[in-house]
Amino acid sequence: MLRAALRASHSTIRTGLFSAPSVSLARRYLSQDTRAKIQDAVSSTPVVLFMKGTPDAPQCGFSRAAIQVLDIQGVAPEKLKTFNILEDTELRSAMKEFSEWPTFPQIYVNGEFVGGCDILLSMHQSGELEELLEKNNVIPPAESQPSSSPSGSS
Amino acid sequence: MSTSPSDPSQTATPGPVESSIRQKLNSLFTPAELTVTNDSWQHRHHAPMRAQGGGNGETHFSVTIVSEAFKGKTTMQRHRLIFSALSEEFAEGLHSLSLKTKTPEEIQKAAAH
Repeated sequence: MLRAALRASHSTIRTGLFSAPSVSLARRYLSQDTRAKIQDAVSSTPVVLFMKGTPDAPQCGFSRAAIQVLDIQGVAPEKLKTFNILEDTELRSAMKEFSEWPTFPQIYVNGEFVGGCDILLSMHQSGELEELLEKNNVIPPAESQPSSSPSGSS
Repeated sequence: MSTSPSDPSQTATPGPVESSIRQKLNSLFTPAELTVTNDSWQHRHHAPMRAQGGGNGETHFSVTIVSEAFKGKTTMQRHRLIFSALSEEFAEGLHSLSLKTKTPEEIQKAAAH
């Protein structure tokens, strides 16, 4: 959906405003319009992950680690949306600009950029991630909802 | 040297990108500790690396850096500092940095436990 939207806006830019694609295209093409669409996309689902590959077939160890951490935290599938940036070079460069972050994965929680793989892992280890996910109602608080076995497959 | 040719991290001389990472981080952060490891050989089969013919052998690094410059900053701010210090390297093909960014105090605290 976003992909289609991004593509549509991108091709408009190409055929319309700038006839010659240039090196600075990446910077230019992050128009207000694109920016708004990305902001919508990162806010549409509680957790949004821009990754290499898919949850079932991650194409990079760092993306795999991010998926594993979210799985361990018990983030339900309906609360997680992933984008495979290897399939969409425009989305890929747009996200580098949008997040001001040069690498993937990139994790958003309720529209806020959390960071990359190293940050996610260290927040997981320190307990900050659980706190953040609870605060944002991504996972139920530890005490108030005792385990009705929400843990899924290990 | 008896190391396998598939593991350039074991060779004696660091490549130009690695040298440049070291030099920039040293001068910008005057770190108490700095370790730069080239992990590129572990990633040369990845789709994006295959697309560039396996990369130039200097695409993936791990960096551990201990510096006073990180005091009072969140991990994300620390990582952004490093990313912006190395923006030229990223523009020229650096693909991934695995970062550990600490202050000397944090290292001491961790050691005390």
